[in-house]
Amino acid sequence: MAETAAPPARSTDERLVERTALTRLLTRPDIGAFLGALAVFFVFAYFARAVNWIGDPEIAAGWTDQAAQYGIVAVPVALLMIGGEFDLSAGVMIGSSGLLLGYLTTHAHMNVWPAILLVLLFGVAVGLVNGLTVIRTRLPSFIVTLATFFILQGVNAAGTLKLTGTTAIENIDSAHGFNSARDVFAADLTHWAFKVKVLWWIGLTLIGAWLLAKTRFGNWVYGAGGDAASARNVGVPVARTKVLLFVMTSSTAALMGIIEALELRSMQSKEGIGLEFIFIICAVVGGCLLTGGYGSVVGTAFGAAMLGMVQLGIIDAQWDSNWTYTFQGAILFVAVILNTLIRARAQKVR
Amino acid sequence: MTHLLETQDVTKYYGNVVALRGVSMHVDPGEVTCILGDNGAGKSSLIKILSGAQQHDGGRVLVEGEEVRFGSPRDARTRGIATVYQDLAMVPLMSIWRNFFLGAEPMKALGPFRWFDAGLARRTVRTELGAMGIDVRDPDQPVGTLSGGERQSVAIARAVHFGARVLILDEPTSALGVKQAGVVLRYILQARDRGVAVIFITHNPHHAYPVGSRFVILNRGECLGTFTKAEIDQQELVRMMAGGRELEELEHELARPSTPEPS
Repeated sequence: MAETAAPPARSTDERLVERTALTRLLTRPDIGAFLGALAVFFVFAYFARAVNWIGDPEIAAGWTDQAAQYGIVAVPVALLMIGGEFDLSAGVMIGSSGLLLGYLTTHAHMNVWPAILLVLLFGVAVGLVNGLTVIRTRLPSFIVTLATFFILQGVNAAGTLKLTGTTAIENIDSAHGFNSARDVFAADLTHWAFKVKVLWWIGLTLIGAWLLAKTRFGNWVYGAGGDAASARNVGVPVARTKVLLFVMTSSTAALMGIIEALELRSMQSKEGIGLEFIFIICAVVGGCLLTGGYGSVVGTAFGAAMLGMVQLGIIDAQWDSNWTYTFQGAILFVAVILNTLIRARAQKVR
Repeated sequence: MTHLLETQDVTKYYGNVVALRGVSMHVDPGEVTCILGDNGAGKSSLIKILSGAQQHDGGRVLVEGEEVRFGSPRDARTRGIATVYQDLAMVPLMSIWRNFFLGAEPMKALGPFRWFDAGLARRTVRTELGAMGIDVRDPDQPVGTLSGGERQSVAIARAVHFGARVLILDEPTSALGVKQAGVVLRYILQARDRGVAVIFITHNPHHAYPVGSRFVILNRGECLGTFTKAEIDQQELVRMMAGGRELEELEHELARPSTPEPS
């Protein structure tokens, strides 16, 4: 089978109807999210014109900080969704991890660095529990991780109260190694207060995008989410791929918990709750389908940017901040409808 | 005489149900062995054993005269036995080239970094499909946009590319229209002419007869007989497959009401 006939020498196929550059662009999930983020940016450039929304670096530092908080965990959440699963415990895990770091440093009197390592291992462990439970029981991950979410939520609140008598663990900055750790995870980059968190966000997004597009693992993620039975049939280790995705999600949430604990120097027991849905909104804006098999990590980053801008823009426009939820809901709705239309169109291109 | 793939008196039970009883068949390079049978005849049990998805309870499976027992589909695949399932062949949302190499991605390395060589994958898909006479318009298009016949054809080309010596096709034509089925039959012959041993499972004798070199007829888990093309004609094949007398009875029954002429 070594020799194969040369392919028909022909650069274009007469049946390949020329698609315009515009259609080609619009059918890419990341471009749609980019245009959406751009639109939101200009909406607030208009409504928040009381501040210098476009030109003031401090304004940009504000919304990128918020976007990074959403975007870091949204990267593995998007990969997980493309792999066909959900993780509703990704939000509460931020709180659990930050509280664990607080406990280890202030009550167990550990140095911050080994404590960080333990917290990351905790993230890996929770991911393993989530992933293996989903694989073994064949229950929907929506239910399994909902259970993890509620279990951790209770542990966070009860544990913190028992430990400190209040709803927070404070004085994390009194621990050894705090300053060097804060430089790496939560420092201000420049005098405009751009957070180093933003670099973590961009870095993780690039790694996630590379993983998805350019590696064997990425191909397996698409396959596992698109059609697990077919993928298994051609030799993709679907179970291992999915468990790894859960581990990535939980450990990235743990990283986010570490970042927040070091940034705020304290951790509230309710921290992170509700963010699990924000991550999913980011991923959906990035073109991820609820049924798996499709989506973009770069698009998800634009989704996070969009939600970050909404969060800060509403304040800068001096609207009631409760409208944030309405905006988030509207964005989710528009994104889902656009995704459906675009995908139907992409599938029709023949 | 040793055959490339052979079963001898293979038996399979599910609890106390006998799915296969003493089935013997074989296939050699450049041949198409058709496994024919109605629903429940034991076709899928036989494929599952040959593809490694399940194990037989009695009898022997031989590859080139050597007795084997496949623990998993991967086991069978390393022996050069590839199975193309009717509906489980492709991931619709993924592009043709990603599908083609799913589970067997070509890698490129630079120092410690290894990644999926997408350029090579795209080029290979074009040449391999071209060699099979399959004309892809755009390797980037999602498989979901291909017709059922094209999808089966790509799956066949994939199996051949990855060095399948035995290609097991599970009802590749059953969900297709007449024209599409014809396309797939043509690719079965292409694979055969490239020296692949093809096992073609179907319940449609009209699809089997034109491409088959040998016909194994299963009925209720038992082998009703093995015929070479010279030994049987199409009508006889149809009659054997439906269990002969039963079909005649059925024809008789269908003929009774007002239609004077059975088709």
